[in-house]
Amino acid sequence: MKKHTVIEDLHQAQEKDRKHTYLKEGNMQDVANGCGVPASQVYGVATFYTMFSTKPRGKHVIRICRNLACHLGEAESVVKALRAELGVDIGGTSRDGEFTLEESSCLGMCAVAPAMMVDDKPYGNLTAAGVRDILQRIKNEG
Amino acid sequence: MPKINSLEDLKKLREQAKEALKTRSGDVKVTIRTSMGTVGIAAGARDVVKALIDELEKRNFHDVEIMESGSLGLDKEEPVVTVERDGVATTYGKVTTDMARKIVAQHVINGQAIGEWVIARNKK
Amino acid sequence: MKIYRLHALICAGTQCISAGGESFESALRDELKKQGLTDEVQVVETGCMGACDRGPLMIVYPEGVLYQKLKPSDAKDIVSEHFLKGRKVSRLMWKEDEAPVPGLEQIPFFARQTKIVLRNCGMINAESIDEYIASEGYTALAKALTEMSPADVVDEMKSSGLRGRGGAGFPTGIKWEYAAKQNSPVKYLICNADEGDPGAYMDRSVLEGDPHNVIEGMAIAAYAIGASQGYIYVRAEYPLAIKRLETALRQARQYGLLGQKILGTSFSFDIKLRMGAGAFVCGEETALIHSIEGKRGEPRLKPPFPAVSGLWGKPTVINNVETYASVPVIINKGAEFFRKIGTAKSPGTKVFSLAGTVNTTGLIEVPMGITLREIIFDIGGGIPGGHQFKGALTGGPSGGVIPLQHLDTPIDYESLGALGSIMGSGGLIVMDERSCMVDIAKFFLEFTVDESCGKCTPCREGTMQMYRILSDITSGKGRPGDIEKLEEMGQLIKMTALCGLGQSAPNPVLSTIRFFRDEYEAHIKDHKCPAGVCKFSEAKTEAAIA
Repeated sequence: MKKHTVIEDLHQAQEKDRKHTYLKEGNMQDVANGCGVPASQVYGVATFYTMFSTKPRGKHVIRICRNLACHLGEAESVVKALRAELGVDIGGTSRDGEFTLEESSCLGMCAVAPAMMVDDKPYGNLTAAGVRDILQRIKNEG
Repeated sequence: MPKINSLEDLKKLREQAKEALKTRSGDVKVTIRTSMGTVGIAAGARDVVKALIDELEKRNFHDVEIMESGSLGLDKEEPVVTVERDGVATTYGKVTTDMARKIVAQHVINGQAIGEWVIARNKK
Repeated sequence: MKIYRLHALICAGTQCISAGGESFESALRDELKKQGLTDEVQVVETGCMGACDRGPLMIVYPEGVLYQKLKPSDAKDIVSEHFLKGRKVSRLMWKEDEAPVPGLEQIPFFARQTKIVLRNCGMINAESIDEYIASEGYTALAKALTEMSPADVVDEMKSSGLRGRGGAGFPTGIKWEYAAKQNSPVKYLICNADEGDPGAYMDRSVLEGDPHNVIEGMAIAAYAIGASQGYIYVRAEYPLAIKRLETALRQARQYGLLGQKILGTSFSFDIKLRMGAGAFVCGEETALIHSIEGKRGEPRLKPPFPAVSGLWGKPTVINNVETYASVPVIINKGAEFFRKIGTAKSPGTKVFSLAGTVNTTGLIEVPMGITLREIIFDIGGGIPGGHQFKGALTGGPSGGVIPLQHLDTPIDYESLGALGSIMGSGGLIVMDERSCMVDIAKFFLEFTVDESCGKCTPCREGTMQMYRILSDITSGKGRPGDIEKLEEMGQLIKMTALCGLGQSAPNPVLSTIRFFRDEYEAHIKDHKCPAGVCKFSEAKTEAAIA
């Protein structure tokens, strides 16, 4: 019986990986078996959609919006602060494996720009200083 | 949660659920105003409000909103309760919890003011 | 039944939450417990109230007072002064020109809106089906199922003149009619909740604040076309909307408003939730269909249109969230009522997310035909800080800019099209003299290049080439002939790209060239960015050296 929930199953598999938030080859094969579709189709899906990663990432994924409304709202200074704080560029993972910094397309939080999501929690009205506190809090809560 | 099996069921549930939202719609038959200034509270206004609500719940009457205001300047008459109904605002003075319950039953629900407790009457 | 003398409605939309709404709510609940008022005050979490840059927001009934920018430390005063003693806390109330305003009716931002799609958002508990029902919820579905035939419903939708609110503006009734006419035992209904336009969050607010409205609209549509299975495709970047939808679907099923033999009739319909994974292109209907089918979200040629052959080759109606949310009111109050609002060719209302340099940004719902001037200055409160209006962007990366000289254009599908823009999903970004139009065009193109699915050459290669030219222009390396090149490439891509997204990708560039050509020329000929935004490299262009 063919199942079509490839995307949902990949989301689930990726979320189960608490340490590196990514999809290993084995995960993708499991999804392929579970849905009754070729592994190549699953691999094609995993590499097409930006929220999936086939490379190891950090414990938490930061998605910072750099789109128009946030761009007009000083998002760049927040991005700079994040890069400095984590010691990485966009796409990189901090040394301690806690955070991966990614760029997101518009999150729809334009009225509280600059904005970001960390995993599935939204944060708005960001400032260069405030964003450091947020990361610290998340790290402490584990 | 019982299933809604017909148009009738839906209507019934709507009428019931609407009652709970009267406070937001403002579309009420009666407005009760209580005076909650420092003197009012000291004289026991909080318990009077609790009694009003309790009696309304007991009698299942929801076509009402309860507004609080500061002191009306009638310190000697506190706790003071005003009932606005049918275009008239009737103010009661020195209201006790027992009086509150009778005011709900007779005036708020049945529209009959209790003359001997009234201290002021105005057209609304 | 319990009576609460005070209802404290706290906005629990994503933006208010991200501004600290949850911490304020906890502090409020703690304070209510401390002061013994938990029995008298009902705390309700509602959907988006609209004034998203003044959150966290709270409305207190029966007075109808609106509090803004709340912090946890404000809870004490609100409870002691207002809830206990009836003394509103002026310093925390909504301000107009620094002065507190007593009620919603006196606030232009709210008073001048016409709420149909958003009528329940901010007013009811976002997770209560009972409150939705109290607010006339599911009466339209009941009316359709018990008093109307599927053909009657299609006729009513056609008479209403409702046009797809996702951006293209195709007449909804006609789309439903195509699907209804198809002779197939299996048909599907899809709700496109893949809202990806930068600056747009209307759909998210509706899903978070009034999910049952969308479910009811979908059920009515399914009845009209003869579908028994529906899907709501939501972007994964909207976890709260997903959660609220899951709750709403569960409640609707428990009440028997979804499932077998709804309301005792022979109509059966249920909805499954499906997720995206970060691809803007999945907002295009055929790409969305492929995504639901478990494949890469790449579009395909049309015809055949989904109404004839869509999901798994079956007749499928795909409509936007806001379109479905408009349906219950049309069925309840009739097509005539709907037609009285808006313009003859674009009846009804439109929800916009007002962003950019405006005094009050957020979600607004206005009748079609309102002018941009009224939106920005009467509802939005004008441009802050003494700055001057320069342009307003509509339609996101598929749209264009409306300049000062067209500020009094009535907003509807045709008038925006005539100006080289589109209605789009509703994102409306206002810019003042500090923005550079060339930089803005480059920005949108960067987005398009990033999100291009790669399937067709015009979009994949063409937008990249346009982007390169724009990058040169904005870094001082523009050459004479660049503007003409952009125009030529833009027209070519519009004619040859595979899907609507590719076809409209050049719009921001062509539109800004149309109205701000002199700004482009200043970059190229004078080696200058008039707005002072673009950072030019030291190397001069050939033109400047010559």
